[in-house]
Amino acid sequence: MKNYKNKGNKPTKTGFGEGVLAAAGKNPNVVGIGVDITKSVSMDLFADAFPDRFISIGIAEQNAVGVSAGLALSGKVPVFATYAVFSALRTTDFIRVSVCYNNLHVIIGGAHAGISVGPDGATHQALEDIAIMRSLPRMTVLSPADATQAKMITEMAINELSGPVYIRFGREAVPDFTDEKQKLEIGKGQLLKSGNDLSLVATGHMVWEALQAAELLAASGIDARVINLHTIKPVDEDILIRAAKETGMIVTVEEHQVTGGMGSAVAEVVSQNHPARMKILGMPDRFGESGRPEELMEKYGFTAKHIYNETLKLLKK
Amino acid sequence: MKTINITRLKKTALNIRRNTLISLAEAGSGHTGASLGLADVFTVLYFSVLNHDPKNPQHPERDRVVLSVGHVAPGWYATLAESGYIPQEELMSLRKLGSRLQGHPATDHGLPGLESSSGSLGQGLSVAVGMALADKMDGKNRKTFCIMGDGEMQEGSVWEAAMSASHHKLQNLVAIVDRNFLQIDGETGDVMSLTPLSKKWRSFGWDVRMCDGNSIEDLLHTFDTLLYENHPSIIIAKTLMGKGVKSIENDYLWHGRPPGREELEGFLEELGYDE
Repeated sequence: MKNYKNKGNKPTKTGFGEGVLAAAGKNPNVVGIGVDITKSVSMDLFADAFPDRFISIGIAEQNAVGVSAGLALSGKVPVFATYAVFSALRTTDFIRVSVCYNNLHVIIGGAHAGISVGPDGATHQALEDIAIMRSLPRMTVLSPADATQAKMITEMAINELSGPVYIRFGREAVPDFTDEKQKLEIGKGQLLKSGNDLSLVATGHMVWEALQAAELLAASGIDARVINLHTIKPVDEDILIRAAKETGMIVTVEEHQVTGGMGSAVAEVVSQNHPARMKILGMPDRFGESGRPEELMEKYGFTAKHIYNETLKLLKK
Repeated sequence: MKTINITRLKKTALNIRRNTLISLAEAGSGHTGASLGLADVFTVLYFSVLNHDPKNPQHPERDRVVLSVGHVAPGWYATLAESGYIPQEELMSLRKLGSRLQGHPATDHGLPGLESSSGSLGQGLSVAVGMALADKMDGKNRKTFCIMGDGEMQEGSVWEAAMSASHHKLQNLVAIVDRNFLQIDGETGDVMSLTPLSKKWRSFGWDVRMCDGNSIEDLLHTFDTLLYENHPSIIIAKTLMGKGVKSIENDYLWHGRPPGREELEGFLEELGYDE
């Protein structure tokens, strides 16, 4: 088993900001759209480096998406980021019609995603964005596991993809374990650990927790495969069908509602190709609340220990 | 100043109205009222104001039009046909399976002359702001025009876009409002008041012009006197829904219904179309 070392905790939003900056340095068409919380979503790195390419729109997310569409129709590559509850949910019809229907390369950043936002409470904890964004035709949905991946994936998404892209990231500093030299491919799941007793498929912050859960399971003599699904759409069918065939059981883990999220995407593939027993771990159709991030992760089961316990339960069934 | 043949423009508007009615009767559904009401605006825009080349719809220096009020597509498609973007006979494919002439304009289907899909009200001005911003960043001299309905002004996002256009001093942006005072449920004043509309736009930092949107002469004069300086411009064009067909003029029930096949002949007679 390959060991993944935490290089030090770092927020995925920082990786996103670094990715935008790197992409913009190579591509003069990249423009940034600000909606008042520029620093909070790490777009200040871009805004400081390229002030002439940074457009302030104010607290007006719908307009920001429409303006992004107009810029993309003029050959620009707009990056619009704000908290995921606003960038993905408040704006959905604008994204659907002006961006997706027009098939425009607009990059939408969903910051502060998940319950780990903490004390701001449920209004600011996006737990529905994956479900909404992945149901839109043409939309690519990305959810990097750590800051290094966020940087790599963001840069690739901006400069190598076409069409609409949604990138989800969080606020809390989380373990940063990806080797910068590692090959990462959008649309391909990342096999982090081999194993044949069952598969843990995780996305975003929950990937590190899944790796820790796999260690706990190993101590109990259970050999878990761990897959990082950083691309939720288009989903990597091959890696999932192989996991279903070879391990017969899949547990998915995401900081998102159980309804319609990454686990649902996995179930859509598995149920129609090689049905396997599944457990979808996430938020069970309810809102979050205020609290310290670690308290909330504990209370709502977004921990390695919870993944371990739920996996044991499933194995005993 | 270029010489403008007003008689010819009036004939063009008449053609647009006629072909709009015929295509709507053939389609069996669609929005007649504002398609007819906007025919004079479309005429002046496409045959006098725009710098465009229907034979080269992607020309990099072309002026761009965003039809935010997407449901007036039948009138606008007839304008595209009249301009030479599409063949006249294609109008008979309106709203049919596989047609480039979707119920609401869609870039998906390869329609020349269409810049952005529309049909969900309140988005077009934002898109037009993005286009005008890009042109300004790139030092391009061309203009962006955005056509909206008056009922559409009830969408809050229109005012987000309005604010951003003046904040960014988009003097290369011109909005046109089809001010017919009607919407699906009835009079705008009853459904949700818009007045004082011109004061609202002025207070948002726009250069506001009022005109008779069914007068070719007044429209020509209004477009001609736009300043294109420091501020975005808006023309509030007062029109009659259903203009040209007396029996349906100013009747909000004609917002979203097409002429029946049996009504078509009478409507064309009312238009006064003379082959």
